[in-house]
Amino acid sequence: MKAGIVVFPGINRERDMAIALEQSSGEKPRMIWHKETDLSGLDLVVIPGGFSFGDYLRCGAMAARSPVMAAIHAHATRGGYILGVCNGFQILTEAGLLPGALLRNAALRFLSMDCQLTVERADTVFTKRYQKGQTFRSVMAHGDGNFFADDATLDRLEGEGLVAFRYAGENLNGSARAIAGVYSPNLRVLGLMPHPEDLVDPLMGGTDGKPLFDALAAA
Amino acid sequence: MERDVNQALAREFGLNAEEYNRVLEIMGRTPSFTELGVFSVMWSEHCSYKSSRVWLKQLPTKAPWVIHGPGENAGVVAIGDGLAAIFKMESHNHPSFIEPYQGAATGVGGILRDVFTMGARPIANLNALRFGSPDNARTRRIVDGVVRGIGGYGNCVGVPTVGGEINFHPAYDGNPLVNAMTVGIAPTDRIFLSAAAGIGNPVVYVGSKTGRDGIHGATMASAEFDANSEEKRPTVQVGDPFTEKLLIEACLELMATDAIVAIQDMGAAGLTSSSVEMAGKGGVGIELNLDNVPARETGMTAYEFMLSESQERMLMVLKPEREAVARAIFEKWDLDFSIIGYITDTGRITVRHQGEIKADIPLAPLNDQAPLYTRPTVETPKQEQLNAARIEDRLGLTAGLRKLLACPDLCSRAWVWDQYDSTVGGQTVKRPGAADAAVVKLEGLKRALALTTDCTPRYCLADPEMGGMQAVAEAWRNLTAVGARPLAITDNMNFGNPEKPEIMGQFAAAIRGMAAACEALDFPVVSGNVSLYNETEGKGILPTPAIGGLGVLEDAAQAVGYGLPSWLDIVVIGKTQGWLGQSLWLREINGREDGAPPPVDLAVERANGDFVRSRILSGEIRACHDVSDGGLLVAVAEMAMASGVGARLSAHPRDVPGHAYWFGEDQGRYVVAVPDAASFIRTSEAAGVPAVRIGVSGGGDLTLPDGGTISIETLRADHAGFFPAWMNGDNRS
Amino acid sequence: MKATVTVMLKTGVLDPQGKAIAHALGTLGFDNVNDVRAGKVIELDLNETDPAKARAEAEDMARKLLANGVIESFRVEVA
Repeated sequence: MKAGIVVFPGINRERDMAIALEQSSGEKPRMIWHKETDLSGLDLVVIPGGFSFGDYLRCGAMAARSPVMAAIHAHATRGGYILGVCNGFQILTEAGLLPGALLRNAALRFLSMDCQLTVERADTVFTKRYQKGQTFRSVMAHGDGNFFADDATLDRLEGEGLVAFRYAGENLNGSARAIAGVYSPNLRVLGLMPHPEDLVDPLMGGTDGKPLFDALAAA
Repeated sequence: MERDVNQALAREFGLNAEEYNRVLEIMGRTPSFTELGVFSVMWSEHCSYKSSRVWLKQLPTKAPWVIHGPGENAGVVAIGDGLAAIFKMESHNHPSFIEPYQGAATGVGGILRDVFTMGARPIANLNALRFGSPDNARTRRIVDGVVRGIGGYGNCVGVPTVGGEINFHPAYDGNPLVNAMTVGIAPTDRIFLSAAAGIGNPVVYVGSKTGRDGIHGATMASAEFDANSEEKRPTVQVGDPFTEKLLIEACLELMATDAIVAIQDMGAAGLTSSSVEMAGKGGVGIELNLDNVPARETGMTAYEFMLSESQERMLMVLKPEREAVARAIFEKWDLDFSIIGYITDTGRITVRHQGEIKADIPLAPLNDQAPLYTRPTVETPKQEQLNAARIEDRLGLTAGLRKLLACPDLCSRAWVWDQYDSTVGGQTVKRPGAADAAVVKLEGLKRALALTTDCTPRYCLADPEMGGMQAVAEAWRNLTAVGARPLAITDNMNFGNPEKPEIMGQFAAAIRGMAAACEALDFPVVSGNVSLYNETEGKGILPTPAIGGLGVLEDAAQAVGYGLPSWLDIVVIGKTQGWLGQSLWLREINGREDGAPPPVDLAVERANGDFVRSRILSGEIRACHDVSDGGLLVAVAEMAMASGVGARLSAHPRDVPGHAYWFGEDQGRYVVAVPDAASFIRTSEAAGVPAVRIGVSGGGDLTLPDGGTISIETLRADHAGFFPAWMNGDNRS
Repeated sequence: MKATVTVMLKTGVLDPQGKAIAHALGTLGFDNVNDVRAGKVIELDLNETDPAKARAEAEDMARKLLANGVIESFRVEVA
């Protein structure tokens, strides 16, 4: 599918994301500056990690209200695919495209380390190259990855199968019900905190993140 | 606001009587308040290197691969594929003591700017940190702030922090060291320098607005601390990593055009040093109009504008017809862009503010007649070589190893690394804790850089010359241990008060040792920084010449780490004599900090290292770890902990006492894992390199030659305990 | 005129900063602390002389950007 990466000022994992997308699809993604408003021709819009607008005020708050977001809302309404990773996930929750919010890590420290993720369902466009219940390795690098939603929302997310990934083993950032990623109701918008794009090459320590990009490339 | 200029004020500004008289001579009149400020910062130790320059000249700075050595914003070496690595290490010691978070954060920001100002995209950060005793109540707050500051800045700008080192010693109680290193990459034909040129060309200010931050930071960095230092807090700068990130992207975007004639970051002494250096290097004059400097505060004086150390600012000389292109790029990134002056042919710096000339100084004498001192030196007396057989081993190997692995200087640094984003960029091949040097691949290429920082301050105190030599040799060794070809170093010379002959003697001797090692190992110095007056109430730090080393691997896939694989032979390369003087074992187990430190034989160092590298690149060596702090047994334990694979060690030779063999810190050694020790040792002997099989890997336990057995789990628990327990402890302590 | 927007985490949302401050105060010997909540204060200098309008505008800003309704509540004071 045709992919584009949205670049807000302060985003810093757009190059990692471009490498991962291109490696699986053979096609360079379009880089979209946050002041652009035309996303036509794109099947997948990716919001990568970083510190958009310095993450001042709240992580993702300012980005969620910048010009390109109207186009991203429209893309979502059209049924387009959206992937938000780390700051991208925070931005999607701030923009109301995904439920919940990301609070400061429970231990109040930035966490940069490997983690294990459990795949909650393997029938979405993002996860069909994984197995349901499978765990895979990913890299987390965030200060605010502590997923929060009220109990009713959490029950609904679980009831409707909208939890994408959970942390297996220790739930280091304190996320509610160990949730690492969630879907929109139509399963076309995915947000997650860890970085599958940083494990797509054996040289960097593994390829556990690659199936996600392979699946997107084939869709 | 502006006070009368006289000798007393000059002294307050850090200029002695002789220096002030020289100012009067150059100016031919009493300088204005602003002019005195300019002289005082340009002639501060920090900017002028007045005590250290005579010694620094002894360092080798040339090699066929060196493109720019010391004198530019950072060193530049060719690394192949038409690319250059641009790197430097710089201290932010004093600010980090006063306000640990901002001090460390702005240290990272400053060194990043030194590198991207030359046209490089920063690809890695490292940091060499020294803190006071963990028992000192202040140390924990400083460690916490420094680590958060480094992470807060580096993580946000999106440059991975991939390596570094941490030591603790009471000598740093009132004066921690924060030495930050940045490495960047640029095409060899797109390197940007700072020499201004082109009469009439516009001088452009970009980045953040100017406030009253850090005024006289450069002179603060050149003064000893006393009990009142806390009152100096207002001069600490505040970092804004978000603006820095924008500045990186905007500068690199502009550098892809042909608009820039010269560019320089505004670091210590801000607008003063950047404008004086740019014009001075270019042999031209410069005229600034401060009315056009973007200001964050109202009512700022010329003096404040010239001396402000507000962060995230750059000064550029542009081609006049390219001004609009440049402005558009900076406006796209929402950064201030203002023409604040022009290049002139006067050879002077002329500063206008609100219709008045506030400073008018001839540049040549300001630069050329800066003070230069050959201060008196006294050699550190040599310590005697300790006889290992006469030093009792009270604990034995098992308990000794466990105690060493748990001590603050050797324990796991995971608590620290885990707060630094080491993977952003997607090119980190060896993260912290995986190999002796960090390995970062170049995007889209097979080639990779190996990076390390090293210094063993306790050796430097005991024997500054040997310590200086050892620091360079260890950096070279750590790069070699991943399979990289070492190319060059940056040095960060942290010492006490240079006006004391014994301190200046330490400095001179350390330089001598470093120079010898650089020469013998083809490992020139291409950039560096000197930080003197690291004293509190007359008590100096350990002499700490921190070395940042850079090497290159043609193929990132050839890099090895130190995680021990299963079922391989374990071989130590290099001679083990059992040198206990200044060893960590002697300090941690016997409470002694004496004896001569282990000598470095540079010819042996080179032969051993060249052999190891060749066997890594041939694929024979599957894991490699240099033997340093804690000695052989600690090295093997670290390899085992890294992979979770145990080892069974053989008996040591009879002519060396066991504790000396396993804990001695003889130099020039590596532990390697190879499939067949016998054939490996035949090759090494043919190359004249001593190698001894010391065991075999496998299982989940480390079995010591005296029969003691420890599970890797236990070792890991010992190793991991200190930092979390200490940092989560009672805040009142 | 000036409007001050105070943003606090909603009751029920875990406030680790507040918890950490409470712990630190306890170790410093301040034993009278039952609970601590940490929030932020945003001062707005507005081009507006009518207090009611200033308040309405600040509240609109808080709803649209300054606070995240999922986790935060806010309060506006005008002076």
